[in-house]
Amino acid sequence: MTNHELTWLPNLINSVERKSQRESYGKTLIKLGEDQRVVVLDADLSTSTHTSMFGNKYKDRFFNMGIAENNMIGVAAGLASTGMIPFASSFAVFATGRDYDFVRQSVCYSNQNVKIVATHAGLTVGEDGATHQMIEDLGLMSGLPNMIVISPADAPETEGAVEFLYRYRGPAYMRLSREKVPVVHNESNFQFKKIEILRDGDDVAIIATGIMVHAALVAADYLKNEGVDAAVLNASTIKPIDAETILKYARKTGLIITSEEHSILNGLGSRVSEVVSENYPTIVIRHGVPDVFGESGSAWELMDKYMLNPLGIVKKVEQGLEVRKR
Amino acid sequence: MEQLGDIPLLKDKAKEIRKLILLMTFNAKSGHPGGSLSATDIITYLYFRELRIDPKRPDWDDRDRFVLSKGHASPALYAALALRGFFPVEKLYTFRKINSELQGHVVNHIPGVDATGGSLGQGLSNAIGMALSGIIRKKEYRVFAMIGDGESQEGSIWEAAMSAVHYKLSNLIVFLDRNMIQLDGFTENIMSLGDLEKKFSSFGWKTRTINGHDFYEIHDAVEWAKKEAGPKMIIAKTVKGKGVSFMENNPEYHGKPVPNQELLKKALDEIERE
Ligand SMILES: Cc1ncc(C[n+]2csc(CCOP(=O)(O)OP(=O)(O)O)c2C)c(N)n1
Repeated sequence: MTNHELTWLPNLINSVERKSQRESYGKTLIKLGEDQRVVVLDADLSTSTHTSMFGNKYKDRFFNMGIAENNMIGVAAGLASTGMIPFASSFAVFATGRDYDFVRQSVCYSNQNVKIVATHAGLTVGEDGATHQMIEDLGLMSGLPNMIVISPADAPETEGAVEFLYRYRGPAYMRLSREKVPVVHNESNFQFKKIEILRDGDDVAIIATGIMVHAALVAADYLKNEGVDAAVLNASTIKPIDAETILKYARKTGLIITSEEHSILNGLGSRVSEVVSENYPTIVIRHGVPDVFGESGSAWELMDKYMLNPLGIVKKVEQGLEVRKR
Repeated sequence: MEQLGDIPLLKDKAKEIRKLILLMTFNAKSGHPGGSLSATDIITYLYFRELRIDPKRPDWDDRDRFVLSKGHASPALYAALALRGFFPVEKLYTFRKINSELQGHVVNHIPGVDATGGSLGQGLSNAIGMALSGIIRKKEYRVFAMIGDGESQEGSIWEAAMSAVHYKLSNLIVFLDRNMIQLDGFTENIMSLGDLEKKFSSFGWKTRTINGHDFYEIHDAVEWAKKEAGPKMIIAKTVKGKGVSFMENNPEYHGKPVPNQELLKKALDEIERE
């Protein structure tokens, strides 16, 4: 395998099946709409988040709040307080960053049954640039008591996760991608709070989330040829984190690489580090966006520039193996 | 009305800017032509007639400021800055490309850009800060800003509106680009804004409504605004996608460039013949 096959461009991206998580969200919402308690709110991005699909079918239970994200979250909390099941959507940057205090007080502290489903998370937002590339949301939302945080790996898992959110009672945040995401699951299965073992291995455990799960599988294939037996784990629940599986693999491999389309600060890497450092100190190498803002560019060009590709994971594994030798 | 000898020049500049907006977004295969075209004439007037700025000294402390609060209309501002000599026109073709300075949304790292935009509803507050500073430092500069009508649904716009009046910011002149369209559709269907002039004037702003594509009216309004005390809100009635028949009043072209060469040619021709 050459380096070319470890970067998205020019080949990898065209050789994989990709599907839209946003569309899965929209479609699943339509199904859930049969329950009269389900209401959907958006803030002038319904054509982008695909909540418009619900809006076209259930006009009286869809509320486009205009460009007023704070109000949207406050209203969602009010709706939830009366027994409705609100899904509130916007881009990740607004739904978590701009709305943080509304989410904190009206949703989390009040323990309201509001599901915040945000699209356009991460660098793959692309050309819109740093103002729209949310790479801090996992941290912001994970820090809130009562909140659960979900980051599905692909479109099929998104479907399962939306259905789970509907059944779950309490504040929830889910992040989705703007881009079509490589498919790693055959069916719409989501298991809350359980890290999914996609591939077993003894030498190193790559724990990835979202779009990086596919990259981790490609990296593991490559590493196999290099004589490194890598496990690949899908952490689609960021909070609460599955400490049991993390510790199992910490013991088994002694080396963990985390990979996420998120800042290396306060995301999956931080959560995993916390778990091992308190229970079974293990080397954790974090792969993600370093402590910088993103920039304009096409989605996959950016992913390659910031090394959020299989090559980036391979390099982190090599780094980890070096550290472990010392 | 004062004679405006340079109207033909302004019209030419506006044409050039409109063409560049279409070309930049086409080349980038992304971006926001609709709200850039609605903002063009006002931005043209400011950059080619009104603002005291110096392309050689983009950080000159005494310069007038312009804050594009609806930061997705970056193509209009970037084109004006390039034509005004802040950077080469060729640079516009790097817009939204990787490793380019010209980010999708306006950012203050770029020479000539006074404030960052992208997340709506923040620029007006930035403009108020600049105006406040001008007053306490006894500076002569004026602060101009432009906000969107959709953007005015943000609560933060009204927090800013309140503070501009409270601090009696006579050096603040704001345009509201009233093109009646936001991202998901028409403003009055999505979240009705109603009579924005009344709303701002009840907050204490001096207000006026003009045709935002008529240079005489823009000129008159700016002259009026410079004389009035307190913050001024000029509600500019505009057409989203102005100048291109198939883009005008069409919400589809909020965040989508002309899709192919033929339509691009048609659009450029229409602007040329305008
Ligand atoms: C806080 C925030 N919410 C949502 C968006 C996404 N967005 C970008 S442009 C836009 C519509 C803006 O409408 P308007 O202010 O009327 O601008 P114009 O029609 O003049 O382009 C939206 C919702 C954003 N950039 N910022």
